[in-house]
Amino acid sequence: MEGFSISTSKIRFLFLSSPIPSLRFVELRGERQKKLLNLKYVKRRHCRVVLFLFVFCYCFCYYWVGLGWVWFGSPNRSMNLTNGKGSMSTVTTTSVVKSTDAVSDQFPVGLRVLVVDDDPTCLMILERMLRTCLYEVTKCNRAEAALSLLRENKNGFDIVISDVHMPDMDGFKLLEHIGLEMDLPVIMMSADDGKNVVMKGVTHGACDYLIKPVRIEALKNIWQHVVRKRKNEWKDTEQSGSAEEGDRQPKASDDADYSSSANEGSWRNSKKRREEEEEVEERDDSSTLKKPRVVWSVELHQQFVAAVDQLGIDKAVPKKILELMNVPGLTRENVASHLQKYRLYLRRLSGVSQHQNNLNNSFLSSQEATFGTIATINGIDLQTLAAAGQLPAQSLATLQAAGLGRSAAKAGAPMPLMDQRNLFSFENPRIRFGEGQQQHLSTSKPMNLLHGIPTNMEPKQLANLHQSTQSLGSLNVRVNAPGAQNNPLLMQMAQSQPRAQMLGENTGPRVPRHPSSLGQHTISNGISNGILSRNGIAGSNRGPAFNPAPQSSSLLNFPMNQTSEMSVSNTFPLGSSPGISSISTKGSFQEEVTSGIKASSAFPSYDIFNELRHQKSRDWEINPGLTTYDASRHANSLQSTIDVSPSVLVHQGFSSTQQTSQSRDATMIGKTMFSMGDGLEQGNLQNSGQHLNPLLLDNSMRVKAERIPGSLFPEHYGQEDLMSALLKQQEGIGPAENDFDFDGYSLDNIPVIWLMSNILQSSGSSLDAQDLE
Amino acid sequence: MDRNQSRRQLTAMKQSLFDQGLLDEQFVQLEELQDDANPNFVEEIVTLYYRDSSRLISNIEQALKERTPLDFNKLDTLMHQFKGSSSSIGAKKVKAECNLFREYCRAGNAEGCMKSFQQLKKEYAALRKKLEAYFQLARQAGPQETACRSK
Repeated sequence: MEGFSISTSKIRFLFLSSPIPSLRFVELRGERQKKLLNLKYVKRRHCRVVLFLFVFCYCFCYYWVGLGWVWFGSPNRSMNLTNGKGSMSTVTTTSVVKSTDAVSDQFPVGLRVLVVDDDPTCLMILERMLRTCLYEVTKCNRAEAALSLLRENKNGFDIVISDVHMPDMDGFKLLEHIGLEMDLPVIMMSADDGKNVVMKGVTHGACDYLIKPVRIEALKNIWQHVVRKRKNEWKDTEQSGSAEEGDRQPKASDDADYSSSANEGSWRNSKKRREEEEEVEERDDSSTLKKPRVVWSVELHQQFVAAVDQLGIDKAVPKKILELMNVPGLTRENVASHLQKYRLYLRRLSGVSQHQNNLNNSFLSSQEATFGTIATINGIDLQTLAAAGQLPAQSLATLQAAGLGRSAAKAGAPMPLMDQRNLFSFENPRIRFGEGQQQHLSTSKPMNLLHGIPTNMEPKQLANLHQSTQSLGSLNVRVNAPGAQNNPLLMQMAQSQPRAQMLGENTGPRVPRHPSSLGQHTISNGISNGILSRNGIAGSNRGPAFNPAPQSSSLLNFPMNQTSEMSVSNTFPLGSSPGISSISTKGSFQEEVTSGIKASSAFPSYDIFNELRHQKSRDWEINPGLTTYDASRHANSLQSTIDVSPSVLVHQGFSSTQQTSQSRDATMIGKTMFSMGDGLEQGNLQNSGQHLNPLLLDNSMRVKAERIPGSLFPEHYGQEDLMSALLKQQEGIGPAENDFDFDGYSLDNIPVIWLMSNILQSSGSSLDAQDLE
Repeated sequence: MDRNQSRRQLTAMKQSLFDQGLLDEQFVQLEELQDDANPNFVEEIVTLYYRDSSRLISNIEQALKERTPLDFNKLDTLMHQFKGSSSSIGAKKVKAECNLFREYCRAGNAEGCMKSFQQLKKEYAALRKKLEAYFQLARQAGPQETACRSK
């Protein structure tokens, strides 16, 4: 053997040294060699087979393990996924058919029930009983907590059981709120069996009334209320003429656009689709029966709100509303009761946020909760943001659709109001901008490395950046403005609009020149540093603070560029959150927009932009506790807001608003995006990046699992431009240009660490940037 | 054996509780909820009930002592809560006393309320003792003891 090895090594040496490799090769084919080769071949084949089998088995096992994990997924997952009937029907890919069968067989197993009762004994007993019925139970002993729980998890529950007499809130009031905001079936219960109390329950819209002590038999059947309600909603949407039998599924996607949250829409979608087969016959039967009550679907409620607005909330009488709405089958009594609920809701809201004038404009029944949450967000907690995220996602979808000229724009009237608001909000971020910068400075130690990176383009890039940000803002504004149905969204857009208009111009020439390769980001980082330092913006400190963001953004952009597809889904392979992808798209937007704006005034906006990003990262960090559900919602909203985000980011006003308050973020679709982005950017970028990575990965996974709203697709239209711009950017050559483009990115943190290493490797040469590409 | 004996004793005790009207159908329901996964469910519930209701009892007592024109509404509300709890564990006699108390409240009969309340407290304490003994025996009898209707 040794001899052989020696000989082979000799042979190899000879081979290598041979001037004519082919000859050498021939020489090698000596007899011994042949024998050995044969032997080796045999051995190899054998080994290969074994190896193959091993790998196969390994993969096979993993597959089933994975399936199992998916099957018994986390409660969050099962809750967030389409139908909450356990994770069964949603995740597994292989056994789709089996799972649907299982779901229909096992329904109502896994029904998600929320129990509210101040009596701990009753609560515990009920929980035990419901668990025995194989429902998923959540206990709550306070009505307020229950409401916030419901608001957080828009789609987290199927039915609510509530006690009548509770210390903090009357059970009927809770019933009202739930009916208005979430439109879930509510069962009242009480030891009181007096007729008036039961009647009160009925008039307030409870689907059932149980007398305590509650027996388990009574609880076994509560699923019927869930089914009935869904059926009624379905029928009601049909009734209102907005959907036809055959178009149920596309209609469901439309609902996704208009309903309060993507999740809710998707939930409804999936629910409807799933139960479509089950209930076809039922529906036929029930259509012949008299419908007990009108279900206020989103469209119907929109019509109602429009009518009320037209009449004026004070003058709105049911009869006139009915006439205006002109919905067949709707009675004055229906309108009257709904008006009553609406008025209560408004009263409640007006007490919370008085400055939300435009609430009425985009008042959607299903969105009310989120909307209200949004309205009250100032000072925010991210949880409401998460809830709001649903709304923004939807509204964003609508906006984008509108922006693309596909959906009717309802934003006409609110726009001027928004502008004012935007300007106002714009002011605030400015003030905080300096603060934010400093924070960034302290945290961005590694950024200092970028100082050394040579920057050629600084002034030019800076100007370009400003221009890009401005034009980007205008670009986005245009896209989003028409479709804005939510006030916050409109606000955002209005903000960007005035800005964009102020700046005018640009997008054209620069667009193709925006390479966004990763390598570029290193350069741009340096450039941004240089630019920032040179221009004297809030000191050179900003540079380092800013750098990480660009790096991350470029990192994001890079994968984005590689994929020719537009949608956010591109980001999934990256394992980064959709927020990141959105951010990268934002960056690309900026690049597109940047063209020949040469305003020194643009500089501050640029800083604000960076600041905004930083804030985003901070927010993100703050929200580690966000449930995946929320995150996925954010992701959804982020996805849908891809078009919007760049504008938001770019636009000075937006960024400032973003920075100022989470509430702003929450209210606007961009907000949700921003909160993610801000969270990403603000804190220690690297740290947040680290935090973000697992979170984002998790989120991206969950987002994947969730239904990506169909509304995203219209966005592709706008995103296509982005993508082309991105691609072009990547192909871009000049380092100066690259640098310039990159500055526009300044996005996420997750890739920061990676970026840093890249930066270190390619210490500031433009060539390196290209190499990175 | 010992265990069987304990079990027989347990069954007998439970039967007597039912016969005396101290417990009703709801208690059976609770026992049916008990299984291997939750072997002491009923005991837990009862313990929780006594802990929580003692608070209610003291509140009612407080309200009764407060001032001469009794706040019947408040009393009614408090008693309503207490009634809900008691009925949830199947405390039949206690529940009956609660109803009586509420009747007096609605009638505005302060004296009636007082008397009724005293009676209620007695029943409440008696049931507690009996249930404690019952559960002690149940623990002795071992985890095999599950709900089985002796009636």
